[in-house]
Amino acid sequence: MSGPTRTWAIIIAVIIVLLGVRMSIGGGMGRAYSQRLEQKAEVPANSQTNTPARTITWTEWHAVQPKIYFAAQRADPQQTQVAFSWSDTIGLWIGAFFTLAVFSFLYRDNAGYRLAEAVIIGVSAAYWGVIGFWDTLMPKLFGALVPSFVQAHVMPSLPNPSTATVIAMTFALVLGVLLLMRLAPKGGWISLWPMAFIIGVTAGLKIVSHIEGDLVAQTVATFKPLISPQRIEGVVEIWPTVWASLANTLVVVGVLCCLTYFFFSVDHKGVVGRAARTGIMYLMITFGAAFGFTVMGRVALLAARIEFLFDDWLWLIDPAGKRTIEVAASAVSMLCWW
Amino acid sequence: MKTLVAILEKLDRRWIFLAMALAVAGPILIIGITGKTLPETPTPAARAVYNAIESLPPGSPILLSFDFDPGSGGELLPMATSLVHQCAARGHRMIFIALWPLGPTLIDQTIKKVIQSDYPNLKEGVDYVNLGFQSGNEAVMKVILTDFRKAFPTTKSGSAVSTVAAMKGIERVSDFPLLITISAGYPGAKEWIQYVVSSSGGKVKMVTGCTGVQTPQLFPYYPAQLNGMLGAIKGAAEYEALVNESLAPKDHSAAPNPKYLEAQRRMGPQLGAHLLMVALIILGNIAFFAARKTKAGATS
Repeated sequence: MSGPTRTWAIIIAVIIVLLGVRMSIGGGMGRAYSQRLEQKAEVPANSQTNTPARTITWTEWHAVQPKIYFAAQRADPQQTQVAFSWSDTIGLWIGAFFTLAVFSFLYRDNAGYRLAEAVIIGVSAAYWGVIGFWDTLMPKLFGALVPSFVQAHVMPSLPNPSTATVIAMTFALVLGVLLLMRLAPKGGWISLWPMAFIIGVTAGLKIVSHIEGDLVAQTVATFKPLISPQRIEGVVEIWPTVWASLANTLVVVGVLCCLTYFFFSVDHKGVVGRAARTGIMYLMITFGAAFGFTVMGRVALLAARIEFLFDDWLWLIDPAGKRTIEVAASAVSMLCWW
Repeated sequence: MKTLVAILEKLDRRWIFLAMALAVAGPILIIGITGKTLPETPTPAARAVYNAIESLPPGSPILLSFDFDPGSGGELLPMATSLVHQCAARGHRMIFIALWPLGPTLIDQTIKKVIQSDYPNLKEGVDYVNLGFQSGNEAVMKVILTDFRKAFPTTKSGSAVSTVAAMKGIERVSDFPLLITISAGYPGAKEWIQYVVSSSGGKVKMVTGCTGVQTPQLFPYYPAQLNGMLGAIKGAAEYEALVNESLAPKDHSAAPNPKYLEAQRRMGPQLGAHLLMVALIILGNIAFFAARKTKAGATS
């Protein structure tokens, strides 16, 4: 057995042993439950199809917290309203496996990580395909071009399209087909026309919004009074005024210095050089703040995944009170075992 | 010193990964078992979000756009929970939309967690409605500036929007006294500011909860174009503390429901991770300067 294979074998064996121990102590782990809910709806009579009024019923299974199952079992061990859910439990274990598989890349690249990566890409592509068909093509394109079919079979409440919508969607369909010409062995150049249309429309939309929302509004927001008196009940307060004035001054100085740094037509010497160096400091502080916020975001995501492993899967903690007393026994038992 | 520098220079980065995992997992275990969270002092940006919702009269329609997916749920779901919690407690009408395909699922999850669980008197279609996802990014924003129902003709469950009581009096986005976007990227808060807030000439008031990556990009818009902002999990924790404080009984006889403490619980791992990072930065600098000094000594 090669070195890496032996290492992985040891890691997997340790995980299996720990899981075995964990499953056998405390209240167990990694189980999901669902509640049976009987639903019914009254369907009115339809004179057009001569269908009488009737009641239709169906059963739904809704995921519930384990404590609801424990309470139901304590009240009546024979009850079937709340039951163990195989599908949700398998989903939970798949989630835990893929979380660990992705984390395993931090040790080194491996087949588990590549499997998780491939599954994420595959599922995402499939999901996008389904959403694109049912939420975009069906209501917008087919809903405009064949509204009676869509209303009869898919979306009964979809309003009838206006003539303008039908024309616009026909145009969109033609552009969409032309875009697919890129895949044709000959005539790929035809796809450049819809591409040019998309780029033109996007540029047109963006230039106006950037001028309105960024250039003009942000320039206006930069014109701040360097002395900004802060009044409370008509009386100027000294320290709030000092802080507000300082904040405004820092903004104005920062903008001017950063602009100076990016102004290359003049040598960065003397006053210009000092302003440019101040601008660099502002930029570095900005990058530092951005880095800090990014770290905070990534740690929050890591914490969420570890919470999932500890809470939903291993049942070591129960911060949201999903399982009540079982968790304390689980955590303490596991810690004692360690 | 030389030994320390030698160790740091040859340190396998996987030890740092392990240390980070422990720095995050340790506080999670401790907070998970004890239930204690760190105290939070709300910043003006978080307080502004709270005040923007609080200042509206009960029954005001609020547009909530869920522009994120489960990948950012660790940061943004606690914000979504608290925002919906405050809106529901104040009796506002909540109109949910999503410009990200996975948004509607997260909307349903939040509705189930907050409204259906703790506010069962609120009726779907009357007090709140999920209008689902619409593709088109900025195009959707441009359309709802003039005709909201053109972009969202039906609810997520397929009912015509014109028949939904919650949508009474809503013709365009400026009919909402407040727009809330929970944003993870594109399209998100930046596009809402550029295409809706700016284009409406200031008629549309907006607050946002955004990821840490987006926060520095959005700060320049606050407070002129953005009325309030929850930046990353820290902003979520501050806002969560504000909402819990305002909704707690006057005599503080009951602790908040643990499901409304999610962001504050995640500040424990933040503390652990940040302490480790500060320590590593200091150690890294010591190693760097020590190595440079040794090199300079050897050269001379």
